[in-house]
Amino acid sequence: MNAFLEAFFKPNLIAQYWPLILKGVLVTIEIAFAVVITGLLLGLLLAVIRSLQIKLLNALIVVFVDMFRALPPLVIVLIVYFGLPNIGISIPSFAVLWLVLSLVLAAFAEEIFWAGILSIPKGQWEAARSTGFGFLGTLAYIVLPQAVRLTVPPITNRTVAITKNTALGTVIGVPEILNQATTAQSFSGNATPLMMGALAYVILFIPVVALGRFLETRFAWRRS
Amino acid sequence: MTSPILHVRALRKNFGPTEVLRGIDLKIAPQELVFVIGPSGSGKSTLLRCCNRLEEPTSGAIHFDGVDLMARSTDINAMRRRIGMVFQSFNLYPHMTALGNVTLALRKVVGKSRAEADALGLAALDRVGLAAKAKSYPGELSGGQQQRVAIARALALEPAMMLFDEPTSALDPELVGSVLAVMRELKAAGMTMLVVSHEMRFARDAADRVIFMDHGLIVEESPPAQIFGAPQETRTQAFIAELTR
Amino acid sequence: MDALIHQFFNLDIMTRALPLVLQGLQQTILLCLIVIPLGLAGGLLFALASLSASRAVRYGMILAIDFFRAVPPLVLLIFVYSGLPFAGIRLSPLTAVAVAFFLNTSSYYGEIYRAGIESVGRGQWDAARSTGLTAFATLTHVVLPQAVRNVLPDLVSNTVEVVKLTSIASVVALPEMLYSADMARSVTFNASPIVLAAAIYLAMLWPVVRLISRMERRIAS
Repeated sequence: MNAFLEAFFKPNLIAQYWPLILKGVLVTIEIAFAVVITGLLLGLLLAVIRSLQIKLLNALIVVFVDMFRALPPLVIVLIVYFGLPNIGISIPSFAVLWLVLSLVLAAFAEEIFWAGILSIPKGQWEAARSTGFGFLGTLAYIVLPQAVRLTVPPITNRTVAITKNTALGTVIGVPEILNQATTAQSFSGNATPLMMGALAYVILFIPVVALGRFLETRFAWRRS
Repeated sequence: MTSPILHVRALRKNFGPTEVLRGIDLKIAPQELVFVIGPSGSGKSTLLRCCNRLEEPTSGAIHFDGVDLMARSTDINAMRRRIGMVFQSFNLYPHMTALGNVTLALRKVVGKSRAEADALGLAALDRVGLAAKAKSYPGELSGGQQQRVAIARALALEPAMMLFDEPTSALDPELVGSVLAVMRELKAAGMTMLVVSHEMRFARDAADRVIFMDHGLIVEESPPAQIFGAPQETRTQAFIAELTR
Repeated sequence: MDALIHQFFNLDIMTRALPLVLQGLQQTILLCLIVIPLGLAGGLLFALASLSASRAVRYGMILAIDFFRAVPPLVLLIFVYSGLPFAGIRLSPLTAVAVAFFLNTSSYYGEIYRAGIESVGRGQWDAARSTGLTAFATLTHVVLPQAVRNVLPDLVSNTVEVVKLTSIASVVALPEMLYSADMARSVTFNASPIVLAAAIYLAMLWPVVRLISRMERRIAS
């Protein structure tokens, strides 16, 4: 037991490295925030465009969405990170991480929003149009408000899953939690920083996971 | 009463702070058809579900055919085979055919071979007039047919007694008759039955005894002619009056 | 434009990298054949535990599931692979991946199974128990078949996630497909090998993703 505490909870190391881990937490939060905002907005935008039913745009959207749902995020990150500089585009690693994760979230979010829009009965559209609402008005005031409520649980789950991928940033040098933790571990020869990193993630994400669990029961999404 | 097949003593059931059954004493003789009526919330369904321990009584004793159902040593699964139950919402297994529904317990609990179980199952389905629908899935059957399959499912295990929890309440009016006909046939063949239902005409014709429950207690119990014709208690009178309005 | 093709779609480099990448693919498939059944089985155990009558078991399991859903899989993997040795437990890359994946995927599969079991109405349970079926028999023959059918799209969707997740094993130097492709990249200074790996992932998973979309949409309507 003592050996366990020595290896993972050494007090002087905790004191020494918690500022570093905290820096990592801030970076993780910043990137996660940015990813959620751009990812969800882009996903919503794509779903709205898809509802315009323009064949060519639809095809492009479907291809984009399928690709980013079928590829492992790490694969995309490496392609962008190593490939872009070689064709003259140089963007910092945190930007690569933000860009890739946003696109991945957008792809999943588009599918979820689209399924939500489709599940709104045709009668809602007809009622709105018959009272004079244009297409966008119907979408904005009648359809989307209902669709978005339906999509809260799956969106929350998917968002949590994707923002956890910020840990992948460690592979390309983004100074997020895992990176700080493993660096500190090498320096100190002790796994305490790693435990601190893991706990930092837990503290960050357990509330969101619990929120997702609560929302799941509040809004029953699928009733078979 | 000669040795009752079901003997309930001082049965109480609480759901959290709510007292649903507040001391029920009940004896049912073999081959009796006992009807339970009462307003919703009176505890009729709970009483029924306690009889095969689908609900765990808070206190009290239940003896079935001499066996103490509450004793720790009692094999409740074995006892449940001897008490058949029919539910308001049928509860047929949607992923199995009618025959599959009827024979599942025969195969898994009694341990019959598939051939034996199928033979017994078909016989039970035949008793309710649905041998022809053995291979149909519940989704392909009408409500009345589903409920009759549910009855066959209980019958196949050759129970000594059957519990009916509002068997026709979920059925369209024109389908109710087919289910009641099966219940009449069971009564004629000598099955002991405890029935919770609103079908008053059926009670008048077929019941040996009618019990009126209210707020977790038995208010009055007598033969149907008396309960419907000359109820003694004011609450019974009020309830009967409401029904026959 | 030419630069783009040269950097990302260099057929010459792809051809040279192909054997290595295919070897990696073998490892990826092997890894999937290990972690997916482990996760499916583990998930069922987790789900049943989270529905236990005992409050201690139930709360304990739900806490564990939420913990493993909150920790990023990569963090868990790094912890198991390079953290545990400090406590004297040294695992091979493959074992470390198996352990980390088991904990992570069982939690996700567990939640899916649990939702499925809860979606089967109480009446089914009542009916089966009332005919004398034991709890185990009821679960096996009545509840689980319906539960799995109800959440099949989610199970398939999560399995796709697990297949994609195997790519993080590259970080602990397990020679699966991404590791092999990245190795080829570092030798050629060209991203095409990774694009090749991406193409193989697409070939494997695109059809399944399409299928899932269609299943999801049919349920939503």
